[in-house]
Amino acid sequence: MPEPMKHSAPEASSFAGALKSTWPILVALGALALVPTISAAIDNPFLIRLFTRAVIFAIVAVALNFVLGFGAMVSMMHAAFFGIGAYVVAILAFHDFDGAPLWIFPGTSNLAVAIPLAVLVAAFGALLTGVVSLRTSGAYFIMITLAFNQMLFYFFVALQKYGGDDGLQILADLNFAGLNISKRVTFYYVALGVLAASLIFFGRLVNSRFGVILRATAQNERRVVALGISPLRYKLAAFVISGAVTGLAGALWATGQQFVSPSDVSWVRSADYVVMAVLGGMARTWGPVFGAVVIVLLEALLPSATQFWQLPFGIIVILIVVYLQGGLADLFGRARPSSGGGR
Amino acid sequence: MTSPNPEARPLLEVKGLQKRFAGIVATNDLSLDVRAGETHALIGPNGAGKTTLIAQLQGELTPDAGVVSLNGRDITREPAHRRAHLGIARSFQITSIFPQFSVLANVALAVQAQQGHGFKFFREAWKDSALTIPAREAIDRIGLSDRADIYAEDLSHGERRQLELAMALAMKPKLLLLDEPMAGMGRRDGQRMTKILQGLKGVYSILLVEHDMDAVFALADRISVLVAGRCIATGTVEAIRNDPAVKAAYLGHGS
Repeated sequence: MPEPMKHSAPEASSFAGALKSTWPILVALGALALVPTISAAIDNPFLIRLFTRAVIFAIVAVALNFVLGFGAMVSMMHAAFFGIGAYVVAILAFHDFDGAPLWIFPGTSNLAVAIPLAVLVAAFGALLTGVVSLRTSGAYFIMITLAFNQMLFYFFVALQKYGGDDGLQILADLNFAGLNISKRVTFYYVALGVLAASLIFFGRLVNSRFGVILRATAQNERRVVALGISPLRYKLAAFVISGAVTGLAGALWATGQQFVSPSDVSWVRSADYVVMAVLGGMARTWGPVFGAVVIVLLEALLPSATQFWQLPFGIIVILIVVYLQGGLADLFGRARPSSGGGR
Repeated sequence: MTSPNPEARPLLEVKGLQKRFAGIVATNDLSLDVRAGETHALIGPNGAGKTTLIAQLQGELTPDAGVVSLNGRDITREPAHRRAHLGIARSFQITSIFPQFSVLANVALAVQAQQGHGFKFFREAWKDSALTIPAREAIDRIGLSDRADIYAEDLSHGERRQLELAMALAMKPKLLLLDEPMAGMGRRDGQRMTKILQGLKGVYSILLVEHDMDAVFALADRISVLVAGRCIATGTVEAIRNDPAVKAAYLGHGS
């Protein structure tokens, strides 16, 4: 009998170790950083638009995976947090352009104010919905978050003043404390920077005492309680953090698109984010980045090949999930489930 | 303990405990106590309500009636996670560990739970010597040192049982509730576990549920016999061995 492999859970004890476990994402971020250059070289601005979309969705998928992959909470309302972040930026800009105050507050086109506010409102939304939904688990949690997502969707549809069904165009000139970040290339790098920062942030978080409790709860909640930890507040904190970062991505989305609409809040989007995380690989914080990029590319490229693009799209997704149970991240070596959502 | 008579106030006191599940009386007017430093074995046939009692002591189940007190403090309504902080540690009958953590990480989490400080967001938990040093101590104590870096799901059954116990010890408990620590073990593993428990005897106050009578007779200071949710006898090993009611109800063919 061969000796069982010696794994050590406290992996990456050195810089070399850290590099060994994270090189795929470093390479991927490096490649993403080249997109504007390539886009300019082949004179195709569409490429930047496409990858801006991929990078922003990647932020959401990474934030979602913090609760999904590490906390075993299958949230179907991350599009709602995304939409909250996006609408906060758009509505503030609307009032700035319009001149009329929002209740007693003036609007603003300054993202240095609007983005933190968007994050705060999204976090508050996650707190309120989390307090209710986290009392359930499994299929009930999925259903409740889905219901909240739809509530938010119809709320934005009903906001006639802000475009209702048609969505809301941002007419004011958005700026970040006076800096113009709306130029495509600049904005792309801002989004990529936020993605990198989120990866570092969540990477630290999952190995902290807080993250360890979250992952343990996903594996065996009963045991966590017996050890003397009440898991609810940790799950809630994780949900709020995840919602807040998703709100940040939404705020970026509104800034980049100069437009938001209820379709950004649709539950189908929530499901897309789950697919991105699962496809990319939930065992690692950076896995979902690959899922987001692949999904966004497939959605963009397949329709030009065939009118029935959903069929090959579905087949590709199924094949990846069947043959790479740990998602695309498994292409770079297998990892243990981060949390053990299955048990 | 400064009290001249340590038996004056038991560590754990259970009075008139009652628990019903849809018509079945699982715990029936049950009273018993565990003295500080003693190993108190709980025996009884399957379905006697031993695990149900353990669950009520640990706080996973709330009794319908009766009082549970620890060190004279009424804890009947305390939730399980609070009881853990008050010093009650349980090892589960069906192994309950974190399969995708290493052995060290499993035990480190128990240490962390005992210390509090769960809202630390950036320092790496498994490199924090405040957690790893006490965790390694508990692992050494239970004889798993050479398996500390193995994933818990890769352990053998016997080793998992040991890990359960290491986690309970890492909580620095006042009272250990051990629910069949030898369940499913072969003879050799069972003997090893008995040895480990002998090392804990006297150091911890232990309430031990066990079917292995050799182990019970070797370890227990006192034995309580549960039948149909009721405690029918409590006494020393000798007294229980010779109790006719116990023989009839449980030991059956005599011993």
